Amino acid sequence: MTAGADATPLLALEGLSVAYGGIRAVKGIDLTVGRGELVCLIGANGAGKTTTLKGITGLQPVSGGRIRYDGADITGRPSFELVRRGLAMVPEGRGVFGGLTIEENLTMGAYTRRDRAGIAADVERVFALFPRLKERRRQTAGTLSGGEQQMLAMGRALMSRPRLLLLDEPSMGLAPLMVQKVFETVLRVSGEGVTILLIEQNAKLALEVAHRGYVMESGAITLAGDARQLLNDPAVRAAYLGEVRATP
Amino acid sequence: MDIFLQQIINGLTLGSVYAIVALGYTMVYGIIQLINFAHGEVVMIGAMVAYSVIVALVGAGAPLPPLAIVLCGALAAIPVCMAVGFTLERVAYRPLRRAPRLAPLITAIGLSIILQHLAMIVWSRNPLPYPQVIQSVSYHVTGNPNGATITNVQIAIICMSVLLMAGLTTLVYRTKLGIAMRATAQNQQVAGLMGIDINKVIALTFVIAGGLGSVAGVMVGTYYGIAHYQMGFLLGLKAFSAAVLGGIGNLAGAMLGGLLLGIIEALGAGYVGDITDLCRFASWSDALAARCASGEHVVLFGSNYQDVFAFIVLIVVLVFRPSGLLGERVSDRA
Repeated sequence: MTAGADATPLLALEGLSVAYGGIRAVKGIDLTVGRGELVCLIGANGAGKTTTLKGITGLQPVSGGRIRYDGADITGRPSFELVRRGLAMVPEGRGVFGGLTIEENLTMGAYTRRDRAGIAADVERVFALFPRLKERRRQTAGTLSGGEQQMLAMGRALMSRPRLLLLDEPSMGLAPLMVQKVFETVLRVSGEGVTILLIEQNAKLALEVAHRGYVMESGAITLAGDARQLLNDPAVRAAYLGEVRATP
Repeated sequence: MDIFLQQIINGLTLGSVYAIVALGYTMVYGIIQLINFAHGEVVMIGAMVAYSVIVALVGAGAPLPPLAIVLCGALAAIPVCMAVGFTLERVAYRPLRRAPRLAPLITAIGLSIILQHLAMIVWSRNPLPYPQVIQSVSYHVTGNPNGATITNVQIAIICMSVLLMAGLTTLVYRTKLGIAMRATAQNQQVAGLMGIDINKVIALTFVIAGGLGSVAGVMVGTYYGIAHYQMGFLLGLKAFSAAVLGGIGNLAGAMLGGLLLGIIEALGAGYVGDITDLCRFASWSDALAARCASGEHVVLFGSNYQDVFAFIVLIVVLVFRPSGLLGERVSDRA
C-alpha cells in the first residue's frame, strides 16, 4: 500500500494518549500513515479525532505514547518546529487570520521559507487552484465565505510545501458544492505526492477518496483497514454511513 | 486666537509623546490582551538612563554638538529599555500566560512598583534636573511678534514621533515579522502551526514597545527639563487613557488617541482658568465683587488641574464608547 521506496511510515502513532485534565480523550491509539498515502480517520463527534491531531501538532500535551515522524520522535515538540520538518495542518474551523489579507495569509503559510521566488510561484499555484482567492487577494480573509476560507486554509497549508498534510474536518459546515471542491483538491494534492491524514465526520466521502481508513470510537481505534473494505463493512455502514445524508 | 494656536502646538508636542507611549500599551495589548501597567516605568527608566549619560557627557566636557549628546543619551536608553521589556515578559508575564486575566494585571502593577523603587535606589528620590544642552530657540508661527511660537525642541519631538510612528507602521504592515505579529495577535495556535515561534514574536513585541518607550522618556525629560522616579506613573496612565481613547489594540488608534489627548489636555489647561473665572459672577456676591475689583482673579480651577482632563476623557470613553474611536468591537476581556 505504501507508495514510496522507503518502507518506514512517514507518520506513526504508537500508543498515543491525550488527556484534557483528568479525562483521557485519546486512549493509546496506534496509527500509521505511509509515504504518499491518503489515510482517513473517521468517527462520530467527540470520538477524539481532533484531539489526536492536536496531540500530533503539539497543540495539546501528550499524556502517553510516542509520535514518530519520518523516523524521528516528535512527541511533545512545539508546533512551530513541525512546519520546518514538512508537517502542515489545516485546523478545525479553518483558522484563517480574519484580519489579514488573503495574500498575507498565504505569506504566513510560507513563514519558514526564505526563497522569495519560490514563494511567489507557489502563491500563483494556489491562485491557479482557487481562482476565487486571486480575485480577492487584497481583501481580508474575514470577508470570505466559509468555503472560500477552507480553500484559503488549504492553500495556506500548501504554501509550506508540506510532506505531510493534516486535514481536520475540511467539509464541516460547507455547502455540498464546496464539499465536492474541497475533496477534489484533497485528491489532487494527494496525487502530487503529498502524504495526507484526513479527519472527517463525512465517513462515506472520506473512505471514497482514501487509501486506508481508521475508525475511532470513544478515544480508541475500533476498526482499521483498506478504505474500500471499510466502506463495505457492515459495522461501519450501520454505525456511520447510515447517518450520512445524501452526498453530492 | 494666538493662545489657542499656542495650546494646539503645546498639545501636539505632548500628544506626540503620549502617542509613542500609547503605542507600547496597545501593541502589547493587541498581542496578548494584557495591560502592561509597568510600561510607564519603562519610559521613566529611559528618561533616567539618558539623564545619566547626558550628565556624564556634559560633565566630561565631551566636544559634541548638543543634539548629539541627547542622541547619545537616547541610544543608551533604547537597549536598556528593550532589555527591561524583554525581561518583564520573560520573567513575569510568560509564566502567567495561561493564568486567569487578573493575575498578570496585578503582576503588572507589582512590577511597576518594583521598577519605581529600583529607580529610586539608583537615581535617588529627588527630581533630577535634565541638563538643558539644547539651547531652546523659539520660532514665530504667525506674523504677530507676540503670537504663538514653536521651539526647536518641540519641532524635534514632533518630527521624531512622526518618524517612529511611520517606522512602526511600516514594520507591522509591510514586513514578514509584522504580519507574523498580527497573525499571532489573532490566533496564537494557528500562528504556531504556520511555523511562527509565538514566544519570540511576543518577546519582540515587548522589546519594540520598550524601545519606543525609551525614546518617549528622553523626549519628556528634554521637554520638561526634569526626571523623577515616579514620572512614569502619571505619564503611563495618561498614555493608557490615550490608547483606550483610540481603541486599545489598534495602532492607528493609539496615535490618534495620543495626539487628541495631548490637544485636549493643552486646551483644557489653557482655558480652564478662563472658563471657571468666578469674577464673571461678581454681581452675585459683594465679597466676590470686592476681590475682583482689586484686580485679583478668583479662579475655581487653575491650570494645575491639567492632569484631570486625561481621566475625564478616559471615563467618558469608557462610558460612551468602550471600544474607542477606531476600535471595532467591544472587548469582553479585562
